[in-house]
Amino acid sequence: MALVLNDEQLMLRDAARHFLSEQAPVSQLRELRDTGNEDGFSRELWSGMAEMGWTGILVPEEHGGLGYGFTGIGLILEECGRTLTASPLHASSLVGVAALLLAGSSDQRSKLLPAVAAGEHLLALACDEGPIHDPLRVNCRAEADTGAWAINGSKTAVVDGHIADSLIVSALTGGGVSLFLVPANTSGVTVNRVAVLDTHIMATVEFKQVQLGEEHLLGEKDSAQGTLDSILDVARIGAAAEMLGLAQEAFERTVEYLKQRKQFGVPIGSFQALQHRAAQLFGEIELCKSLVLKSLHALDDGEDDLAELASLTKAKTGETARLATAEAIQMHGGIGMTDDFDIGFFLKRYRILENLYGDSNFHLDRFARLRGY
Amino acid sequence: MTETNEFRQEVRTWLEQNCPDSMRSPHRSDADICWGGRNFTFQSQDQKLWLERMAGKGWTAPAWPIEYGGGGLGRAEVKVLKEELARIHARPPLISFGISMLGPALLKFGTEELKQQHLPPIVRGEIRWAQGYSEPNAGSDLASLAARCEDRGDHYSLSGSKIWTSYGDLGDWMFCLVRTDFEAKKHEGISFVMFDMAAPGVTTRPIRLISGKSPFTETLFDQVRVEKNQVIGELNQGWTVAKYLLTHEREMIASTGLSSAGTIPVGRTAAHVLGTDNGVLHNAMLRTDIAKFEMDERCLELTIERARDEVKAGVSLGATSSMFKYYGTELNKRRQELLMSIHGNDALHWEGEKSHEGRLARAWLRSKGNSIEGGTSEIQLNIVSKHILGLPG
Ligand SMILES: Cc1cc2nc3c(=O)[nH]c(=O)nc-3n(C[C@H](O)[C@H](O)[C@H](O)COP(=O)(O)OP(=O)(O)OC[C@H]3O[C@@H](n4cnc5c(N)ncnc54)[C@H](O)[C@@H]3O)c2cc1C
Repeated sequence: MALVLNDEQLMLRDAARHFLSEQAPVSQLRELRDTGNEDGFSRELWSGMAEMGWTGILVPEEHGGLGYGFTGIGLILEECGRTLTASPLHASSLVGVAALLLAGSSDQRSKLLPAVAAGEHLLALACDEGPIHDPLRVNCRAEADTGAWAINGSKTAVVDGHIADSLIVSALTGGGVSLFLVPANTSGVTVNRVAVLDTHIMATVEFKQVQLGEEHLLGEKDSAQGTLDSILDVARIGAAAEMLGLAQEAFERTVEYLKQRKQFGVPIGSFQALQHRAAQLFGEIELCKSLVLKSLHALDDGEDDLAELASLTKAKTGETARLATAEAIQMHGGIGMTDDFDIGFFLKRYRILENLYGDSNFHLDRFARLRGY
Repeated sequence: MTETNEFRQEVRTWLEQNCPDSMRSPHRSDADICWGGRNFTFQSQDQKLWLERMAGKGWTAPAWPIEYGGGGLGRAEVKVLKEELARIHARPPLISFGISMLGPALLKFGTEELKQQHLPPIVRGEIRWAQGYSEPNAGSDLASLAARCEDRGDHYSLSGSKIWTSYGDLGDWMFCLVRTDFEAKKHEGISFVMFDMAAPGVTTRPIRLISGKSPFTETLFDQVRVEKNQVIGELNQGWTVAKYLLTHEREMIASTGLSSAGTIPVGRTAAHVLGTDNGVLHNAMLRTDIAKFEMDERCLELTIERARDEVKAGVSLGATSSMFKYYGTELNKRRQELLMSIHGNDALHWEGEKSHEGRLARAWLRSKGNSIEGGTSEIQLNIVSKHILGLPG
């Protein structure tokens, strides 16, 4: 597939940009914070996204979605990155849907996907247990007992776990790791909200003797490690798309500022020390655009050897978003440090996305391993 | 789709029959490169055959029109050809400034007569071209060049000097930026001319590089005769041609950032040379540097691919070539640094069989010039900030 957007995708992106700049600008995030919103996102906005079809954009048409593929949702996430829009789009409509598509039985799919596509049923992935992403470290256990499972353990950093209707949970099952679809209202499930630094909300979830029937097993018993990795790769690429959006927006705002702000009687953008750093950052962002697009295409093409590309995309885009947000603050000077000014929100959002599903160091290491050194 | 598949099959079969075995490995040293030209001595019969066969198909310049000796291939076909060449690790049959620099400018700005005269010999590797841009006092500030080209009625007469002329002593013809209007503003009095370097009045003096080689020269002109029809574009409008050519030169130099087909990736080289523990290199710092480098290398590859796809979709490349030039050359410097670290003291050898006459050290030294030739890194960043980002001053 050529590394360009087709007309349909360009239209989708423009529509997304238009919708988000009107319905969910950065000021909305500020308002959510200042009003102490419990959900961490606007339900009204979510209904609007559902009306646009975004909540089901990845869901195949047979299950009530649009079937636009990963490139479609990736473009929307990139735009959400620009506006720092808070919504369960990444957790539920991308990661949750991908999990069902990759591992769900046809029963599970037809039962859940239509409601997920409509935005009425929210999914969240619960796989990490410690402060640092490590999907191989699983202490959560599921024991089989006369046709039912009993889950015990806890999970951290569950994105949008506080509003999820079903959790996708990794647990040890004797012979290996398995995935489970756990309705959040099952008895024994306790969800605790944790507001994180950019006012988004993550949850910690505890499982105490959570009893589940066989039909809640997602994918094959004992051998979900590979599937989990594939689901995570989708999550990583989605997070990278969002970081690409926020890096671009932070960069464009900064370049604008370089043209406006005057010191020593001239625009600060005429200083070569700043020009060169801006030019370098421009290059880094161009590289990331290619990565994100290539990754989304690779997902749509169903390429099986995605791990290396996903790690590359997550690490490089994370590093670039770090640079873009750090330079944004520095080049804005004192005003960049103020809460009244929006640029700080970009820095905060970057840090969350950088940590999720493995930070740049995690992915550098994984990339090197995959390449045999 | 099926059309390119058919073409792929055709190329594969043809290469199978026509690419000599000894040409199916990457260049090991400069001496392996075929530059063509009047005085070129082929290293082997295979090298000569490989050039003749590829030139016969027009595949030394696959995208150029057939009427000028090129391959007449579309973009998709050129890509297929490249992929098939890479698949068998075939080395380029010809490396030539005529193909990478002059050709594109001639095709865009040259008269029919000039195209007919110069393009076919370039495709066949018969004429080797040298680039006369830089002067002792006109480097980054190229437009301040002073080589004087005066109208003598039926011809022009050129006097002055150029410097850093790559392979100036081996060039057959030169494309050259000269001043033809001495009153006009500096960008407006420049013309783009061509002449035979065998003409009376042309002298070259070798300049030795830190890598120990002398691939470039100072080039002096004393009343050199330049024919009136050997001007590309309008008289005094040479700056436009020069800049267009530079975008092609920069793209070509940018690709030095990518490992050429068939070379072993840096990480794998490190694993092989230094050994691993359960597939992981001992030196964690080196390993991180290598991983970052390989990531960036892949990024550049994909971004060049995306830029080409965009050009095809109608977006013009323009100043973006500066970004590639900057990135590709900085990347190649990183590659050479890493290879020096990986090979340790073995990389310090300057002579002898084992080190292929100091190949690594020389490549490392040579790479420092990548971010100077074709416009320095700083100049590329200036271009990006002014022409892409629109920053003032
Ligand atoms: C290996 C090699 C091959 C070459 N081959 C050819 C050839 O075939 N034909 C040819 O014509 N030329 C050739 N060149 C010359 C090359 O194009 C020039 O060296 C180059 O343009 C820089 O000019 P300069 O050497 O005069 O350096 P200068 O222009 O003097 O630059 C010195 C330093 O000042 C910096 N600088 C200059 N202006 C600015 C600015 N405005 N802002 C910030 N920094 C600035 C530069 O980046 C550099 O770091 C070659 C050079 C090399 C190294």
